[in-house]
Amino acid sequence: MADKQLLLGDEAVALGALHAGLSGVYAYPGTPSTEITEYIQGHPLTRERHIHDHWTTNEKTAMEGALGMSYAGKRSLVCMKHVGMNVCADPLMGSAMTGANGGLVVAACDDPSMHSSQNEQDSRFWGTFGMMPVFEPSNQQEAYEMTRAAFDYSEKRTIPVIMRLTTRMAHSRAVVTPTGDIRPQNELHYPEYPKRWVTLPVNARVRNRELIKDYAQFEEDAATSKFNWIADGPDHSMGVIACGIAYNYLMENYPDGCPYPVLKVSQYPFPRKLALKLAAMVPTILVLEEGQPLVENMLRGVFPSNTKIIGRIDETVVRDGELSPDDVRKALGLPALPTFAPSQVLAPRPPALCMGCGHRDFYTALNNVLKKDYPTARVFSDIGCYTLGYMAPFHAINTCVEMGASFTMAQGAAYSGTWPAVGVLGDSTFTHSGMTGLLDAVNGNADVVLCISDNLTTAMTGGQDSAGTGRIEAICAGLGVDPAHIRTIVPLPKNYPDMEKVIREEIEYHGVSVIVCRRECIQTARRHAKK
Amino acid sequence: MKQDIILAGVGGQGILSIATVIGSAALEQGLHLKQAEVHGMSQRGGDVQSNLRLSSDPIYSDLIPRGAADLIVSLEPLEALRYIPYLAPEGWIITNTVPFENIPDYPPMDQVMGALNKLPRVIAIDVDAIAKEVGSPRSANMVLLGATASVLGILDPDKLRDGIRRIFGRKGEEIVEANIKAFDAGFASARKK
Repeated sequence: MADKQLLLGDEAVALGALHAGLSGVYAYPGTPSTEITEYIQGHPLTRERHIHDHWTTNEKTAMEGALGMSYAGKRSLVCMKHVGMNVCADPLMGSAMTGANGGLVVAACDDPSMHSSQNEQDSRFWGTFGMMPVFEPSNQQEAYEMTRAAFDYSEKRTIPVIMRLTTRMAHSRAVVTPTGDIRPQNELHYPEYPKRWVTLPVNARVRNRELIKDYAQFEEDAATSKFNWIADGPDHSMGVIACGIAYNYLMENYPDGCPYPVLKVSQYPFPRKLALKLAAMVPTILVLEEGQPLVENMLRGVFPSNTKIIGRIDETVVRDGELSPDDVRKALGLPALPTFAPSQVLAPRPPALCMGCGHRDFYTALNNVLKKDYPTARVFSDIGCYTLGYMAPFHAINTCVEMGASFTMAQGAAYSGTWPAVGVLGDSTFTHSGMTGLLDAVNGNADVVLCISDNLTTAMTGGQDSAGTGRIEAICAGLGVDPAHIRTIVPLPKNYPDMEKVIREEIEYHGVSVIVCRRECIQTARRHAKK
Repeated sequence: MKQDIILAGVGGQGILSIATVIGSAALEQGLHLKQAEVHGMSQRGGDVQSNLRLSSDPIYSDLIPRGAADLIVSLEPLEALRYIPYLAPEGWIITNTVPFENIPDYPPMDQVMGALNKLPRVIAIDVDAIAKEVGSPRSANMVLLGATASVLGILDPDKLRDGIRRIFGRKGEEIVEANIKAFDAGFASARKK
C-alpha cells in the first residue's frame, strides 16, 4: 500500500472510494464537494480501471446514474454540495426504497457559515428523513477509512450510505496513510431482492415496513460501531456529545485530555443507547455538533427529564455558523486566550468578478439599457459567478435563490405584470436546471428576456466542463424558441453599442427571447493559453 | 513543539503555493500537519487565508484558535492586519508592504503600516521589489516564504528548499532555481531586519 499522503478531506474520501473498488463517480461541481470528483478524475487507477468519471448535468442525473450502477452490482459514489441534495431528493429518497445492490455512497458536503452557499442546511437530516445511515468523519484519516467502511456497510445492509462532510473537513489537508489492500471492482450482478426496484405501491408498502425494521438495525449497528465510542473522564459534573469534527474543537481545548466523559459520534442513526449510558454518568450533557442542532433537538424532547441538555438551542454554543475552537472554548467556560484587538484600520474585501470577465461587460451593457430606458425592469438571476453582479459597481440583479430559478421566476413576475422581466443565468446553470424552465416559457409564450451568460465552463467551482458547451443555441431552438429571437452577442467593451441594440430589440419583442452572451471565462482562457 | 501559521492574501496572489511548499517540507520531516484552505466563491478577488498547523504531536482542530497563531504570513499588508486577533502575544507578522488595491475604500497606507508597526514583532518587506532584484519577478511568494523561514523554528530552511525543488521540479530546473533564489533573498532580507 502507498505511503503517507497529504490529502484534503475531499481527496481522502476519493482515495477511500478508489481503494474500495469504485466503478463510477457521479457528480455536479459544488463547493465544498468538487475536489472529490477532481481527485478521482486525475488518479491513475481511474484510467486503469475505466472508472466512470464524467461530470453530470445536475445532481439528480448524478444520483440516478449511480443508482443504476448500484443496481448492476457495482460500487458507485455520488458527490455534491448540501443544496445538491435538494435537487436529487427524489432519487435519493427513492434509493432508500430500492436499497443498494452494489455499494452506493452519497457524499454530501455542507457549508455552515455559507462561505460559498445560499443556506446552512444540514445533510444529516436526510438520513432521518429517508431512513438511511449517515457517516460523519472527524478527520482526514477517518474520512479515508470511513469511506471504505461505508461501501462495505452499504452492501452488507443493502442501503445507500450518506457520507456527510462540512467545509473544514472537506477543504483541510492532513496526512493520510492508506490502509488495507486495493479491493477489486465488483462484477456485474443483479439485486437479490428484485421487487424492491419496482416501487409500485404493491411492492413499496412491503419494502417500507422492511426499511422501518432495517432502520432500527442501523441504530443497533451505530451503537456498536467502532466510529462511535464513550471515553470516560475524571469530572462527572458534565458530559459531552461531540459529533463529527466538533470532537476536534473539544479536544483542541484540552491538550492534556478532556476532563469530562465524552461520547464521540460519527455514525448515525444517532445511537440512543450510548447517550443513555452517558446520561447515567452525568447530570448535564453539552452537545457539540457542526450544523443544525439535530442531535440536541432529539435529546431535548418535550417532557421533563433528569438530564439537562445544553448546546446551540439555549445558545451555550453559538446558534448558527460553523463551529470554531473559540466557540467551543467559550461553551466550555474556558477563558479566551490573550491576543490583539481587531485593528481599527480595516476595510472589507468581498469577492468580486475578475477584471476582464465577460459577465462584467454583459452587466454593463444590460445596466446601460435598463437603468436609462426601462426603470421598471426586474432582473432575476441565479447561482454562479455572475451572482456577483449584485455587488458594486453593478447592482444589476434583484434575485438569486437556487439553480434555475431565474428563468422561471422571471415568468411568474411577467405574468404578474412585471415588464421588462429579465432572467440571467450561466451556461452550466442553464443545462443544470434552466432548460425545463425555458420550455415552460415557450409553452406559455411568456413576455421575458432570458439571458445565458455563457463562459463555456462551470466557473465558480474552478472551471469544470459545462454540459451544453457548443450547443446552447441549438438546445434553445430545440425547446421551441423562435430562432429569430435567439440572439448571440460577444461581451466586450467595444461591442457595447451592438449588445445594447440587441437587448433593446428583445425587450421590445413581446414573447420569449433568449440572448446568449458568450466569451470564455478569463481564468480558463489563461490556463488554455499556458498549455 | 508546534507552530501555527495564518497565511493571508488576496484571491489569486498565490498563498496556496507557500502552503504547498511548507506542507511538503513538513511531511518530509515527519511532522503532523493540518492545512485549511479557501475554495469557491471567496477566491474571486476577495480576502483569502489558509490555516497551517505544524506539530510534533497530533493536531485536533483544522482551525487555529484566536490568540494561538505563532505567525501571520501575508502577501498583502491590509490582509496581515485583518488577522491580528488570531496572533499570539509573542507571535510574528511577516508581510509584504505592497498593497493590492482592488477595493474603493482601501485605508491610507501610512495608517495600515502604522497599525502593523505598533505590533511587537513585525518583518515588513517589499517582496515584489526583492523578487525583481534577483531576477525572479514571478516568485514574490517564495521571497515571503524565505523571510518566514528565518523565524519558522519548526522547519529547517534546507527542508523548505527541498520542498521548493519537489513542488516546482516538474516545471524545469530554471523555474526551480528562480524560486530558490527568491527564497534565499527573502531569507537574507529578513535576517537583516
